[in-house]
Amino acid sequence: MPSLGADMEAATLIEWLAKPGDKVKRGDVIAVVETQKGAIEIEVFEDGVLEAHVVAPGAVLPVGAVMARFRGAGEAAAAMPAAAPPPAPTPTAPKPPPPTEAPPPRRAPPAAGPRASPAARRLAEEVGVDLASIAGSGPGGAITREDVAARAQVSAGKKPAGFDFTAMRRAIAAAMGRSKREIPHYYLSHTIDIGAAQDWLAAANAQRPPAERLLMGALIIKAVAKAAREFPEFNGFHVEDEFRPSEAIHVGVAIAIRGGGLAAPAIHDTADLALADLMTRMRDLVARVRAGRFRSSEIADPTITVTSLGDRGVDAVWGVIYPPQVAIVGFGRIVVRPWVVDGQVTARPTVCMTLAADHRVSDGHRGALFLERTGQLLANPGEL
Amino acid sequence: MTTEQILSVIRDELARLAPEIDFDSADRNRPIQQEFDIDSMDFLNFITALHARLGVNVPEADYTKVATIAGAQTYLLPRTPN
Repeated sequence: MPSLGADMEAATLIEWLAKPGDKVKRGDVIAVVETQKGAIEIEVFEDGVLEAHVVAPGAVLPVGAVMARFRGAGEAAAAMPAAAPPPAPTPTAPKPPPPTEAPPPRRAPPAAGPRASPAARRLAEEVGVDLASIAGSGPGGAITREDVAARAQVSAGKKPAGFDFTAMRRAIAAAMGRSKREIPHYYLSHTIDIGAAQDWLAAANAQRPPAERLLMGALIIKAVAKAAREFPEFNGFHVEDEFRPSEAIHVGVAIAIRGGGLAAPAIHDTADLALADLMTRMRDLVARVRAGRFRSSEIADPTITVTSLGDRGVDAVWGVIYPPQVAIVGFGRIVVRPWVVDGQVTARPTVCMTLAADHRVSDGHRGALFLERTGQLLANPGEL
Repeated sequence: MTTEQILSVIRDELARLAPEIDFDSADRNRPIQQEFDIDSMDFLNFITALHARLGVNVPEADYTKVATIAGAQTYLLPRTPN
């Protein structure tokens, strides 16, 4: 079970999408798990063959627990009854390590009939759940009554792909609480004339059918990604008392979920995507997040986050950094303000950009240059 | 296409974007984005759906004309095939 974010402790296996013997490629979706953030598709980290499922759907698994046995391409098909190859927690380097307080992997139930408490056995009989399908969370892997209840709920089709808003609220509370306790934020704001980007967008969209139109959001995310390449101290992870910059730039996009809550999954290699491709990815991502389904790598590895509350009508947003990231860039709504151009006051569309960054990693001086660079990139949208 | 048919398409697509909002009690003269609490991405998906289902390509310059349900009906009616 990979770590799908600093706040994740465990997840429930909903279904296997690959069977034993299947050849899989890096990036293939092999399973769906339910976390506090909703259903997440688990991708495989390297090419190889899925040898065996170790746990069955319904199992609640802590981060690090063995889900399946997997043979990498080129590895001998030697029988490995106990030692499964440890799956890497994230697909890209440098990767956020699993939280230090992560519980050790639990053993799968022994083959000779699962150990279970009497209460668990009674409940299993009542609701018709097979104990062998459950990974116990009790001492020595014993199945508890709660494990059976959890399995029964999943079996009863308790909306596995939807959202549990209470759980999501708790997940946000855990991540944001940790951020405010541990990360010494500093904040900067910078208001820019966004007219050039608006004009460029209007001209570009005039030629395009609705399905191919771009939104300002795509320009914003691309500009932040490109600026992050020049200012590596805002892109990466602060882990184990040190900053690990990330070679890759995966911008996390804060997406509001109807009914409450939000998720900030990543658009991979954002700086290298053409705007049209970036827009396609954004549309796809927003649709999937709102449907409650996204992929493990998207949720696990954003290297910097962008939040845009412009649509909601506020002038500026002061972000809270999502640990272990070290920066979040915010955009407010576009406001027509009196602006001085060539010594003359004139009405211009403007936007207030903000930066919240981790003072353990960077200082206001560099933060200011980073934000200013983002603004410059937006002033030349044709080059984005 | 009739006004009723157009309204039915608008109703379908808004229900897809904002399933919890009761279309019939929504104010048809208020901006859709506010009345249905949808963002610019949702609104673009709405425009895209109108293009796909009614064959009407609403240019960005005309977004203000389809910003409300009543406005969208008036705008779309003469532009859809009979």
